[in-house]
Amino acid sequence: MPYIPHTDADRAEMLATIGAQSIDELFREIPANLRVAPGSLDLPPALDEHRLMAHLWEISKKNVNLADVTCFLGAGIYDRYIPASVGAVISRGEFLTAYTPYQPEASQGYLQAIYEFQTMTAELYGMDLANASMYDGATSMAEAAIMSTSIKKRDKVAVSEAVHPHYRQVLETYCWSMGIEIVVLPALEAGATKDYSTAEGVSSVIVQYPNFFGTIEDLAAARKAATEKDALLIVVADPVACALLKTPGSFGADIVVGEGQPLGVAMGLGGPMVGLFACKKEFIRQIPGRIVGRTKEAHGDKPGYVMTLRTREQDIRREKATSNICTNEALMALAATVYMIALGKNGLKQVATTSVRNTQYAIQQLTAAGATLKYTGKSFDEFVLELPKDPTFVRDELLKRNILAGLPLGPYYATLTKCLLVAVTELRSKDEIDTFASALAEVLK
Amino acid sequence: MSNLKGFRMKRMPEPQLIFEQSSPGRIGCNVPVADTPEVDLSAVLGDLREELNLPEVGELDLLRHFTRLSHINYGIETGFYPLGSCTMKYNPKINEKTAGLPGFANLHPMQPVATIPGALEILIGVQEMLIAITGFDEITLQPLAGAHGEMTCLMLIKAYHESRGEGKQRHIVLVPDSAHGTNPASAARCGYDVRPIPTTEEGNTDLVALAAALDDSVAALMLTNPSTLGLFEPNIEQICEMVHAAGGQVFCDGANMNAMVGTTRPGDHGFDCMHLNLHKTFSTPHGGGGPGCGAIGLKSHLEPFLPAPVIRRSEGKVIADTDRPSTIGRVSGFYGQFLMEVRAYTYLRAFGKEYMADISRHAVLNANYVRARLKDVLPPAHDRPCMHECILTAEKYKKENGIRALDISKRLIDYGFHPPTNYFPLIVPECLMIEPTETENKETLDDFCDVMIEICREAVESPDLLHDAPSTQIVGRLDETAAVKNLDVRWWPSK
Repeated sequence: MPYIPHTDADRAEMLATIGAQSIDELFREIPANLRVAPGSLDLPPALDEHRLMAHLWEISKKNVNLADVTCFLGAGIYDRYIPASVGAVISRGEFLTAYTPYQPEASQGYLQAIYEFQTMTAELYGMDLANASMYDGATSMAEAAIMSTSIKKRDKVAVSEAVHPHYRQVLETYCWSMGIEIVVLPALEAGATKDYSTAEGVSSVIVQYPNFFGTIEDLAAARKAATEKDALLIVVADPVACALLKTPGSFGADIVVGEGQPLGVAMGLGGPMVGLFACKKEFIRQIPGRIVGRTKEAHGDKPGYVMTLRTREQDIRREKATSNICTNEALMALAATVYMIALGKNGLKQVATTSVRNTQYAIQQLTAAGATLKYTGKSFDEFVLELPKDPTFVRDELLKRNILAGLPLGPYYATLTKCLLVAVTELRSKDEIDTFASALAEVLK
Repeated sequence: MSNLKGFRMKRMPEPQLIFEQSSPGRIGCNVPVADTPEVDLSAVLGDLREELNLPEVGELDLLRHFTRLSHINYGIETGFYPLGSCTMKYNPKINEKTAGLPGFANLHPMQPVATIPGALEILIGVQEMLIAITGFDEITLQPLAGAHGEMTCLMLIKAYHESRGEGKQRHIVLVPDSAHGTNPASAARCGYDVRPIPTTEEGNTDLVALAAALDDSVAALMLTNPSTLGLFEPNIEQICEMVHAAGGQVFCDGANMNAMVGTTRPGDHGFDCMHLNLHKTFSTPHGGGGPGCGAIGLKSHLEPFLPAPVIRRSEGKVIADTDRPSTIGRVSGFYGQFLMEVRAYTYLRAFGKEYMADISRHAVLNANYVRARLKDVLPPAHDRPCMHECILTAEKYKKENGIRALDISKRLIDYGFHPPTNYFPLIVPECLMIEPTETENKETLDDFCDVMIEICREAVESPDLLHDAPSTQIVGRLDETAAVKNLDVRWWPSK
């Protein structure tokens, strides 16, 4: 076994130094009835490296992967181009195999990269500051909701029905365990939150931008409604859309969270992802997770980076911590950092603009092919089609033609059983959209 | 010092922030070009944002920037990383290759389940191997990190008590004073009140105090086994029986699973549920602080409450079961850290039935070896064989020479080693927690021990060397108080 370098001679010498006769003797404090003999577990046999690779290759081939089909599926996870530089950087052993930078002098590289990540995340969202990342978009939103209840000291939050259903499910789980009540704001009539104002006593109003249906919510109205109830405005924002749209920060959002996957992270069946978390300066002491700060040497003038405001965190504050989060998604945050730098201000705008062009073209072609645009609000790169045939049937038929058409919404919204959610990123070409439209026309015939 | 081996970081010019290297008009990626008709963005989107201050650099400059940053960052592949409680073992390269296969990396989490049979095979494969290793009845891979797994376990426990009509009444979670900070924080996250349980002088759970704390208000005991003192809890069966007799549940913090793989199964100890850190025990890379990967194991009485979807076998097929009326709900967006599960699967299959126990056997051998070699200069906190990590105290140097555990750690950096964990567990004064893991060879351990012995000599003869350490890195000790006082958490263009 190449991962364990001990020779027989090593083991013998080490045991002699320890003063033990055998390795078994080192386990003598484990009651004998609780020990199992080495090699006795019900496990498959070991595989050498060649057979291991072949085995995994065989399993991987059983999946339909997005290199084999044209992807129009989004719903929070997007098929975007990942620059080659991203993989090159995040596979470097100094980053890949490091632990959390508890020893800042030996971790300046990562700490600086995270400082750059925080800067660019805050910039995209138009916020004062951002943390070093959360697990994913869904848990980031749940953490924001909980943070709002501790700031406002009220155990109730309002969330739009047009927020990603999985995010709302995670919110429900977190809120159930903490005894927090959830008020749902209707949004199915026009595909955008109908009325942002809400019952008394909520600590926050949560909307998505663009929302799950792709519609760009009216953040000015949401801000006004939240302010009237003395509640925080929490926005779940797509970072790529924010390259073009007015930022949530410019509308006065208090906390902005989101899924960072579109920024250079592989889809990987949804994990690992990276949660983005930004807020106003005044809330920095309530923020969950790690934050990197710039400082200088204690006995010198050189600048350096450390994890800061550590007294919010679980290893110091224990049950009084702002959250239980410890490990975050540093490597994926690094991927997003490289992505944002590689594209830079013009590249990211180009990605967003191309997505908008492709989306507008797709709306034209797909509605001409027999589908109806369900919601007519402003949209960025995603929209809902109403189909004359069962969307799951249509999706499955199109998949036979190597097109992943989108997400049937029936399982998520009982009144949207005829609807399909379609996303069009910068990767789709005019040809691919035309092919999708003609295939759709055929299936709907 | 000259004959001591070790990796020393290069002296480097002070790295610039990427923002300071930006020049208008440069770009670091050849971005896809649109071939669909142009649109009027304001007409389609409404008001647009004004500035977008992202840096503009060329591709080579981008790579040099990160290569420089990597040179001032320490990872396992840089050198020995004996950070206690973190299990910094080698992350095999084959795992990176398998996780990068297009049939895994290019899967959308909301594509039809019928199109991902291979992914489900990986998930069920990891679940079944972890069941064999831990002795639990069920495993779920949905939690995204260790603390997330702890929280999920407590949610299962909460749902269990609620199903028996005892949800309100059982509001207390007992946590030993030696526990990781995530334990009480996770309990608080589930709305529980936390009560500490003391540890005896021998390093075991205080059974008298436990008995006194147990009543019908207790929801659970959170116990780390082996404990954070690096000791196996010899009374574990009795402890579980005591808690069960009072109607409570027992959670095992699995941070120290590396001591047990293939040798003993926590499910057999009496625990009701447990979290695992696949990024510690099963070699998925830590990535500089994540992604973690937090599987949990549980006994069948907690099964109805599992987060949905549940990946299980049904009529010869693997399914993602969403028909779960008693589920606690979702704890994360999709299927958990799937690409990390691919890595863990690869690792588990590399060891297989034949070699699995070698993990814990060599982890424990290495820790006891370090303990034996250092016992004269840094005495162990307890006079018992340790498990996969040894807990030493530098109290004597603090009293006699004004040298703290932190000073020893910082001096280690000068000699090219990553420091052990300091000041944890909180109950051991001037604590150094050393976890070598099974993947280190004897020569590395000898070099490390030689250096530790040398540093202890320096602590007595020339303590300033330790106070001033590290002096070989890009920066010296940093002012963490100033970082809090003058908060600077992002760059601004005006600077």
